[in-house]
Amino acid sequence: MIWNEEFETLPREALEALQIKRLKALVERVYTTVPFYRRQMDGAGMRPDQIQGLDDLKRLPFTTKENLRENYPFGLFTVPLERVIRIHASSGTTGKPTVVGYTRRDIETWAELMARTLACGGTRQGDVVHNAYGYGLFTGGLGAHYGAEKIGATVIPMSGGNTKRQIMIMQDFGSTVLLCTPSYALNLAEVIADMGIDVAELKLRVGIFGAEPWSEKMREEIEKKMLISALDIYGLSEVIGPGVASECIEGKKGLHVFEDHFIAEVIDPDTGDVLPHGEMGELVFTTITKEAFPVIRYRTSDITTLIPDACVCGRGFIRMERVSGRTDDMLIIRGVNVFPSQIEHVLMGIEGVEPHYQIMVDRDGALDIMEVHVEVNEEIFSDEIKELERLSRRIGGEIKDMLGVSCNVKLVEPRTIQRSEGKAKRVIDNRKI
Amino acid sequence: MKVEQISVFLENKSGRLAEVTGVLADSDINIRALSLADTADFGILRLIVNDREKAKAVLKENGFTVGKTEVVAIEVPDRPGGLAGILGALRGGGINVEYMYAFVQKSGENAIIIFRFDEIDGAIDILQKAGVRILKGEEVYAL
Repeated sequence: MIWNEEFETLPREALEALQIKRLKALVERVYTTVPFYRRQMDGAGMRPDQIQGLDDLKRLPFTTKENLRENYPFGLFTVPLERVIRIHASSGTTGKPTVVGYTRRDIETWAELMARTLACGGTRQGDVVHNAYGYGLFTGGLGAHYGAEKIGATVIPMSGGNTKRQIMIMQDFGSTVLLCTPSYALNLAEVIADMGIDVAELKLRVGIFGAEPWSEKMREEIEKKMLISALDIYGLSEVIGPGVASECIEGKKGLHVFEDHFIAEVIDPDTGDVLPHGEMGELVFTTITKEAFPVIRYRTSDITTLIPDACVCGRGFIRMERVSGRTDDMLIIRGVNVFPSQIEHVLMGIEGVEPHYQIMVDRDGALDIMEVHVEVNEEIFSDEIKELERLSRRIGGEIKDMLGVSCNVKLVEPRTIQRSEGKAKRVIDNRKI
Repeated sequence: MKVEQISVFLENKSGRLAEVTGVLADSDINIRALSLADTADFGILRLIVNDREKAKAVLKENGFTVGKTEVVAIEVPDRPGGLAGILGALRGGGINVEYMYAFVQKSGENAIIIFRFDEIDGAIDILQKAGVRILKGEEVYAL
């Protein structure tokens, strides 16, 4: 089902004409309103009027997460704060989060894009949408919520956690569409089985899953255990949140990028050169309709490729393959972005703790388990168990405060964490996704 | 009146205790008393040895985290109520025992108990007043 027939099926030529018109307006606007973009373009010897065709996009400098951090919190907003009606944030690479803002029109755009995304899975008025994405600063919960309301579906704003209660509500309210991370869907399936509930008696029909990488194998498993269709969606708060790209239930092969709002490029992460369609590289987005917080050539660090072929569903938008990895060391733990540098930041803040640490990630059933190994040196060592336990609780508590994800802290002997020449191996990810 | 104890951080994995004792044996260090406290993840080995400086040095050389703590060694009469009387006196003085461990002398009739107190000087005071025999460091190292 196509939510916005007019735009989602635009012929390529008309779509590109619309993109260039929007791109020109965007570049002009950020050049005059955001000192960062003016400096970037001046540095590259570019003036806004030099953007004449889509091909000129690649002449503009990239924007990175580091740039967002340097302009914390509102430095990249193009409008005064009184025009911003919502703020969200995601984890930054160190202590400070990445902050994004939305004008009233941005919120409407986002609702439209999430309505399209949900419609890609066949969601319509009459559906009961069980939204288990987290509500709060994270964009997942509210982003999906507004899209489902726009469709006119009945929204249950569950947020995450409290699995047994989620299942009770699913049974009693007759949820038909499930929104959550794919690993949480598997967790729900397990708990449903443990509770002795026959999954066939639930009314669930489709699951719209995102916020973490998953695989075709996981899709098969979820579909089999939950008796639903499982679709992959893509988004990141720096671009808008969920609603950047979505699989369609007809094709289930690659995610349609909503190109009337976002221009996608895939680049060689080392050289920055734009790669031809079909080649794997780093995904880069330019947001051509956002008002408060647009980005130009934002490097997502996600690795994928673009598929230009027509899709059975009739949408004209290019598709991106399921994200297959990262160019940086970001981890996604239970749907939350975690950078090893954030954990380092916490450790450095605790007196006596050395920044020798390692993060072990594993999956227990469907749940991600993170364990942080910290070396015990003479300064933090004590002959009393309770002192060492207090220390590990404190480290765990501060990591949880910073990331919003709990972890186990394991104290280890000195020099047992592998030192490597150059970049230390901070993360051992044993998850089989 | 105080005895110096060394402590070693150990991860709970097989063979670590053997490595510590091996390192000490190779350096001709004699263990006088020891206790191991453990949790699911790690353990703390507490040792009283004949040559603590050397023990510390060789353990550090072999990559162990080593700490040093002052403890008190006392002789406890080998009869019912021997320990209870001592603990009663300490409790009366508001002293907390963080941990303790005991060993029996080769020749003697009395047990020796190593105490770690939250307030060592106060504890020594109370023990002396109660007439408990406190062993000097040298006595313990040379046992």
